[in-house]
Amino acid sequence: MTILTATDIGISFGGVKAVDGVGFSVSPGQILSIIGPNGAGKTTLFNIVSGIYAASRGTIHLADEDVTGLSPHDLAARGLSRTFQNLQIFQRMTACENVMVGRHLREKCSLLPALFRTPSVTRQNRETRAAALDLLASVGLKDAADVPAGSLPYGACKRLEIARALAAEPRVLLLDEPAAGCNAVETEEIDHLIRQVADRGVAVVLVEHDMKLVMKISDRILVLERGRPLAEGTPREVRDDPKVVEAYLGQHGAREAARA
Amino acid sequence: MGALLNQRFMTLAVLAVVIAVLPLVFPSSYYFRVASLVWVSALAAIGLNILMGQAGQVSLGHAAFFGIGAYAVAIGPTHLGIPPWAAILVGAVLSAVLAYLVGRPILRLKGHYLAIATLGLGVLIALVISTESGWTGGPDGMPVERLTLFGWRVSGSNTWYWVTGALLLIGTWIALNLDETPTGRAFRALHDSEVAAQVVGVDVARFKLQAFVIAAVYASIAGSALAFMNGFINPDQAGFLHSVELVTIVVLGGLGSIVGSIVGAAVLVTLPQALTIFHEYEHLLLGLIIIVSMIFMRNGIVPSLSGLFLRRARS
Ligand SMILES: Nc1ncnc2c1ncn2[C@@H]1O[C@H](COP(=O)(O)OP(=O)(O)OP(=O)(O)O)[C@@H](O)[C@H]1O
Ligand SMILES: [Mg+2]
Repeated sequence: MTILTATDIGISFGGVKAVDGVGFSVSPGQILSIIGPNGAGKTTLFNIVSGIYAASRGTIHLADEDVTGLSPHDLAARGLSRTFQNLQIFQRMTACENVMVGRHLREKCSLLPALFRTPSVTRQNRETRAAALDLLASVGLKDAADVPAGSLPYGACKRLEIARALAAEPRVLLLDEPAAGCNAVETEEIDHLIRQVADRGVAVVLVEHDMKLVMKISDRILVLERGRPLAEGTPREVRDDPKVVEAYLGQHGAREAARA
Repeated sequence: MGALLNQRFMTLAVLAVVIAVLPLVFPSSYYFRVASLVWVSALAAIGLNILMGQAGQVSLGHAAFFGIGAYAVAIGPTHLGIPPWAAILVGAVLSAVLAYLVGRPILRLKGHYLAIATLGLGVLIALVISTESGWTGGPDGMPVERLTLFGWRVSGSNTWYWVTGALLLIGTWIALNLDETPTGRAFRALHDSEVAAQVVGVDVARFKLQAFVIAAVYASIAGSALAFMNGFINPDQAGFLHSVELVTIVVLGGLGSIVGSIVGAAVLVTLPQALTIFHEYEHLLLGLIIIVSMIFMRNGIVPSLSGLFLRRARS
C-alpha cells in the first residue's frame, strides 16, 4: 500500500529539463532515498511534490487522491510536510515559536478570539507550546527553545526544521539533506530520529549526500542523473550497479576521499 | 509564558499610567490637543505595524482608510441621517470590505510592486474624495457633527484627550493580544519565509488579507476619531503625504514594535510643533532628525534602544 506516488514528473527551466520523467512511490513506515550528483533535480522534484513548483507533466497522488497542482498549504493539510536544503527558518521567531508554527494545522485559528485573546486561545497556546517543547527535546534543542532562531548555528537550524516539519504530524515527510553541515554525532542523532519517525508509520523521502547514512537507513533508493531516473532498488542493488558507481558513487566517493 | 503575559500587562499598565499622568504637567489645553493627535496617529500606526512589521506587507496608501473613517462620520450624519456613533462602525465596515476586496488581488504582489499598488489605491480614494464635492465638500473639506454618546456631547480638547487615550489603550491591547496566537505567529512566519509558512499549512494569502483588513479598520477608527475631534475634515487626511507619515511613524518607531509605533507617533507629531521656533528651517530639521535617527537606530527607536539597554544590563 503506497501513500505517496509521483508518476512521470517533468519540468523545464528555460529549455533545460531539470526533471524529466521521474516517478517514485513510498509506503507508510518506509524510507525512500533519492540520490544523485549536484544539479540532478532532487530538490526540484521535492519542490514539485510539495506544490511549490507546478510540473509541466506528470501526476502526484497522496493517499489515493490526485493532488497534482494543489497549493503547498493544501498539501500540508493532507499530511505532507518537508524541510529545505537551503534553510527556511523563521529567523525572527524563537526556536519554540518556529515549531509552534509547525502546529498551525493542528490549532484552531480564528481571528476574533485571537484579537481578544479568549481563555480558549490562551489554553490552546499553552498546549501548543508544550507540544513544541517536546519536539525540540526530541531533536536535542530543548535548551534553545527561547533563543531567536536566527542566532542558532547551522546544524541546529537543520534539526529545528525537522522538528517544525514533524510538528504537523505528517503522514509523508520529505527531508532535503537533513545531515548537511552536521558533524558525525549530529548525523547519528538524525539517523535515529528518521528511523523513529518511520517506525511510527510516517513515509519518509530522503535526499542526502551522506552515503553512509543513506545506505544504512534506506529501504529503497532512487538514483537521478541530470533530471532522469538512473536506477532504483535496495541499497545493495544500487551500490553494486555499475551505472550508479560511474555516474555518482565513484565520483562522489573520490570527492569524499579528497575531502578527508 | 508568564514572563510574556507580564510583559503585555506591563506595557498596558505603563501606557495607562502615562495617559493618566501626562495631563498633570500640561500647562494649557493646547497640550491636550497635541497629545490627542499623538494617540490618534499612534492608533493608526499600530494597525499599519501589524501589516508591515508583523506580516511584512507594505502599504503606501493607508491614509485612504483613515480618510474613509473620517468621511464616514462626516457624511453619514450630515447627508444620510446616520447617528454619529453608528457612522464610526459604518466607516470601519466600509474600510474592512474595501481592504478585503482590493487586498485579494494586490496582496499577491510583492515588495515594490505591492508598494505601488497600495499607493495607487491611496491616490484613487483621495481623488474620489476631492472630486465628489457634492458629498465631501471637495478640496475645501466639510464640517463634522459633534459626537453624542447616550446623550453625552463629546467635545473639548480635554474630553477628546481621554477618549482617544482610551481608544489607544484598546488598540494596543488588541495588537499585543495577537502576539501569542496562531494568527500572530502566522503573520510573523510568512514575513520571514513565505514558502516555509506555506508548507506547514499556513494559507499565506488568507493571512495577508487578514492583516490588511485589521490595519484598515485601525486606520478607519483613528480617522473617525480625528474627524470628530477636529469638527472638520479635508482630503489631506486621506492623501499621499499622510500615508507617508504613517509609514514613517511605523519605521521610525520600529517595525514590529507596538510600543515603537506609539513612540514614533509621539516623535513625529510633537517634533514639528517643537520645531516651529526655527521657522523656515522647520521641515529641513525634521527631515534631518529622521535621517539621522534612521542611520543610528536602523531598527527603529524602540527596538534599538531596548537592545542597547539589554546589552548594558547583561554586561
Ligand atoms: N527555479 C529555478 N530556475 C531555473 N533553474 C532551476 C530552478 N530550480 C532548479 N533549477 C535547475 O534545475 C537543475 C536541478 O537543480 P536541483 O536544485 O533540483 O538539483 P539537486 O539535485 O537538488 O542538486 P544538489 O545536490 O546540489 O542540491 C539545476 O540545473 C538547477 O540549476
Ligand atoms: Mg538540492
